[in-house]
This record gives sequence, C-alpha cells and structure tokens, in this order.
Amino acid sequence: MAIEFKKKPGIVAYLTAGDPSLSITRDIALAAIDNGADVIELGVPFSDPLADGPVIQRASQRAVLHGTRLVDVLGLAQQIRVARPSAGLVLFSYLNPVVRMGMKTFCERAADAGADGVLLTDMIVEEAGEYLEAMGASGLAPVFLAAPTSPDVRLKAIAEASRGFVYAISRVGITGTQQQVASDAPELVARLRKFTELPIAVGFGISNAEHVKAVGEFADAAVIGSALVALIEKSAPTDAAEAVGKFIAGLRA
Amino acid sequence: MSASMAVSSQAAMAGRFGAYGGRYVPETLMAALEELEHAYGQAKVDPDFQAELGGLLRDYCGRPTPLYFAKRLTESLGGAKIYLKREDLLHTGAHKINNALGQGLLARRMGKQRIIAETGAGQHGVATATVCALFGLECVIYMGEEDMRRQELNVYRMRLLGAEVRGVGSGSATLKDAINEAMRDWVTNVRTTYYILGSALGAHPYPTMVRDFHRVISREARVQILEKEGKLPTAIVACVGGGSNAIGAFYEFIADKDVQLIGVEAGGRGPGLGEHAARFQKDGGGVPGVLQGTYSYVLQDENGQVSATHSVSAGLDYASVGPEHAMLHDSGRATYVSCEDGAALKATVTLSRTEGILPALESAHAVAEAIRLAPTMAKTDVLMVNLSGRGDKDMGILARELDLKGAQ
Repeated sequence: MAIEFKKKPGIVAYLTAGDPSLSITRDIALAAIDNGADVIELGVPFSDPLADGPVIQRASQRAVLHGTRLVDVLGLAQQIRVARPSAGLVLFSYLNPVVRMGMKTFCERAADAGADGVLLTDMIVEEAGEYLEAMGASGLAPVFLAAPTSPDVRLKAIAEASRGFVYAISRVGITGTQQQVASDAPELVARLRKFTELPIAVGFGISNAEHVKAVGEFADAAVIGSALVALIEKSAPTDAAEAVGKFIAGLRA
Repeated sequence: MSASMAVSSQAAMAGRFGAYGGRYVPETLMAALEELEHAYGQAKVDPDFQAELGGLLRDYCGRPTPLYFAKRLTESLGGAKIYLKREDLLHTGAHKINNALGQGLLARRMGKQRIIAETGAGQHGVATATVCALFGLECVIYMGEEDMRRQELNVYRMRLLGAEVRGVGSGSATLKDAINEAMRDWVTNVRTTYYILGSALGAHPYPTMVRDFHRVISREARVQILEKEGKLPTAIVACVGGGSNAIGAFYEFIADKDVQLIGVEAGGRGPGLGEHAARFQKDGGGVPGVLQGTYSYVLQDENGQVSATHSVSAGLDYASVGPEHAMLHDSGRATYVSCEDGAALKATVTLSRTEGILPALESAHAVAEAIRLAPTMAKTDVLMVNLSGRGDKDMGILARELDLKGAQ
C-alpha cells in the first residue's frame, strides 16, 4: 500500500463515490485497479463542487441525493483497501465535509481505512498548517494541486508540502474532457520538476490513450476523471465496472 | 519545509477576521487573488484612484445619501426615533453600486476587459452591468434561474444595459449556485477576466475590499447623525445576506462600544433547515465551515453538505455569510436576529404607507426589526436603519404575496 507508478505513464483513476451507488463504486474501483490503474482517487461528493465541470457536478449531485456521506466514503475506502492491499488510494474532497468531521478525526479515520493520501481541492498551501500537521501525525500523504497560473514561488511551496505525488493541472479551468492535452502542461511540469523528485501526475482533460501517451512523454502519470465518470453515467449500473475496466486497459494499449 | 512555512506565516494574517476568512480556493485562482490583492493595495492608497471614485460616487451615483428622520413611522410606534440611511436613493436603487463602481475602476486599472459577476436579487448584477456600460467593459452576469424568475425586471435591466445574463440551473438555482458558476468561469478565464464579487464574501481580499467600498455608508451616517441629534445612534439595524450593506453600515461605529449593531437575517418560512437563511440562529443549522473561498458560518447538514435555503428576498437567500460578521457575532460586538418572510412583507407595507418609501424586500427585514424594537426603546433613543435598496424590483412578488388588487 503505497503510491507508486510502476509502469510509465502511471494511471490515476478518479471516481465519484456513491455514483451510481457505493457498492458499484467499489466494483468499479477494483476493476480499474485490476486493469492497470495505479492509484484510485476516491471523490467525496459535495453539494457545491465549484472546481468541477458538468460531468462531475452531475455525478456529485446524484451521489449527494443518494445520501452518500463522508463516513460512507471512508467505509468504501476500507473495502477497497482490504480487497486490493497494494493499490494506491487517495481520498479527494472539498474542504467543508472534512472541516465538519474535524480535520484530525478525518485524518485518523482516513489512515485507519487504509488510505495513502488525501487531496483537498480548495486547500492551498498557505492555509494548510493544521491540515499538514494532522496528515503527518496520521502518516498520510498530502497531495496538492499545481496550476499553470502558479508562479515558481508557489510551485516550490506546493512541491515541498506534497507527498506521494504532485497533481499538475493541465490547463486553467474546471474538470472536463477536451480534444488535446493542453499546451500549458509540459511547461508546468518542467517548472515543477525543478522543485521536486516526487512523481508528477497530470490531470484535467485527459480522456483517452492518445492523451495518456502524450502525458507519458513529459510526466509520470495521467489522471483520468471526467471521462470515467461520463462512462459510468451512460453505462447501466451492472455494466459500469466492466466498461471502466476495459476503458482503463485500453489507455496504455 | 522552510519556503512553504515562510509563505504560511506571511499569509496567516492576511484576510483573517478572528478565526474566520482566509483563502480556500482552487490553486488556479491563487495567482489572480494575489494580483488583485496587490492592485487593490496600491489603489487604496492612490489619491488619484480615490479622487476618481469619490467623484463618481458623488456625481454619478448621488452620494452622500440622506439620513432621513422617519417622523410618521416613529410617531406610530411611540418609541425610539427612527432614521433611515437612504441607500435606496442611490443610482441603480441599492447600495451595491458603491462596490461595483470601486471594483469596476480597479478592473479598468488592472487592464481587464471582461467582467463577470453573480447576482441574487439582481441589484448587484444591475450595478455591475451599469458600471460596465459606463466604462465600456464586456459583462457577463450569472444568476440562478429561480432568482431570474422572481426578479425578472432586473434581468431585463441588465440586458438593456448590454450585459449577458447566464441562468444557472444547478443546486437550488439561487445565489449560491450563481457564485459557483461565476467561480467556474473565473477559473477558466482567469487570465483575462475580473470577477466583481457582490458581497463581503469569498476569498481574501474580497471581504476586506468590498467592506472598504461600503464603509462610506457609516462614514457619512456618523457625521449626519451627529449633526442631527448631537449624539451617536443607540442602535443600527441592517439586513444581512452576504452582509455587505450591514458591514458598510456598521464599520465606522464598531469602535463606539455603546452603539448596538444589529444584523437581521432571513427567517424565511421558519426555523427548519432549508426553510430559512439564518446562519447565526441557535439550532438553525449554521456552523463554521468553508464555502466559496472563505471560512465562516455555513448552513449545512451534519455531514457537511451545504443546505438549501429559503427567503422571500433573493438577496438574503444564501447559505453562508461574510467572515467579518462571523467574527462580530462570536465576539458579541454585533447581534444577529432573524425576521420571517411574513414580517418583512408586512414591514414593506408599513413603510410604504407611513413614509411613502417602498423598501426592497431585503431591506424590509431590517425595517421589520426596527418596527419590533422601537416601541421597546425610550423616546430619546435613536434607531438607525440602513435602507439598503428600494423595492420597485419586487413589485411582481409583492403583487402576488399581498393580493394588492383587493388592498385598500
């Protein structure tokens, strides 16, 4: 159980927990791992996902409507951990559900569930004092986002505060698929590289094998999010795990 | 860790109101927030900027606004003397223009040609569209579809002024959802776009900057009440949605410990979660949390999902509140009460018929509290109400709610 990208490029698979249901998210995660995903980013659904595009907004809204709670996502993380002891597992959340649970309690429970790391979308390094302390005490890896708009001084702070990997956002904007890997991405990864030896994963708008290959030329891993969530949305619930498994298997073909 | 710790300690002071405020945003926005903070810091101390802003507030917006003694209302209640700070008389009909103008000037100074904003009741949207027309800037306004329906006249006004109004159908299709969508636009177009946030909310520097642009309300009122009464008011009452008019009306009186500061939240249909927007009311579901960039009180369920809200007034219908109010609440310097829809509607009629002044439904919440409070106070007491906006925009709602066809 560690965040490790054995094959290049690594694959990080984002899933909105509880869409269409917790048990199907579990099956999807296992299928993703079995077909080559190195890390599962398990998304905690939130009422106000302001960094997300329409696909993840809809998934989040469906999951919230089903009553998916942060405690349920922690339970799901534990199931995934038990079933696949060596996969990377990162919890992905907006800050408010975590604040509501209590930062320290959340980190302890995430560690107990077997998560390797946490990514909080709306947590920036300057505000992260208490968070980093609680993460450190629980032995969890904080993953921070780096953006094309971040100047070097911020990239340095982000790289130094991150553990496990650094998540480089391929372009300005919200999550969602696009035609090509943004031209911002290689430059951002090159700038980040000056400050860290950690693996760098590139996400936002990565949706097919061609994109993954392109990312592999300049970064360590690709994050697939909206493309998976959209696939799950259009699949019948009973077929979703198989569809995602096939899709992931095709990404490094 | 040394570099990040250095950044941390420097930023720890920035934009904090006690424990509240701060910056909780996607990383993509951080460079823009830092640029804004820097530009605003320079503009704030630039005499040319302040002179241009002051000139426009005077000649274009109609400042200073009067402090009006509401004689008939006072006499009918038989208690404290009631004064109305007439922000409703400002150009575009509400206090919102103070901030839209200030930020519009700042956007122009920063060379940004594209402006976005969110709006609830439409008053901030109208003010922003107005400022964009004045400065020749492109303008996109995000508005919840529910709010577009109930504040239809303001939608027409914004379009007439040349703004594009984009409806937001997600969530409860009100102010919170409009802010989410405006933030998504900003994240996407951050390199060319200035976001004129309309209340004392959001990530630093917005709560401080928006408050600064509305401070003029209490700066004027303090001089005016001393001229008229020779003393400071006993209490100041203002409605609180995000809290921009209230913080503007309170600010210059915060050091005057004897002046009571009273914020009035939307009590909606009652105390159940989802039925109101009273973030500070005990057992109402409001607890500290993070929404849309800032740490403040947020109406939410026990799992941290932000709750739906209701108010007859679109401008108060919001799940969180400006972080400076959270600090004033916790310290006890200001008191926050709530007023239900019915009382606000009733106060609208009362003020219209005793003074010939039609308040916005938002401001009517403050009027309602004044009507409740005045008779409990001495005749020598002075109660100042910030009349933040006028109610013409609400005629559709008022016609439905009050059955005006049959009214005498």
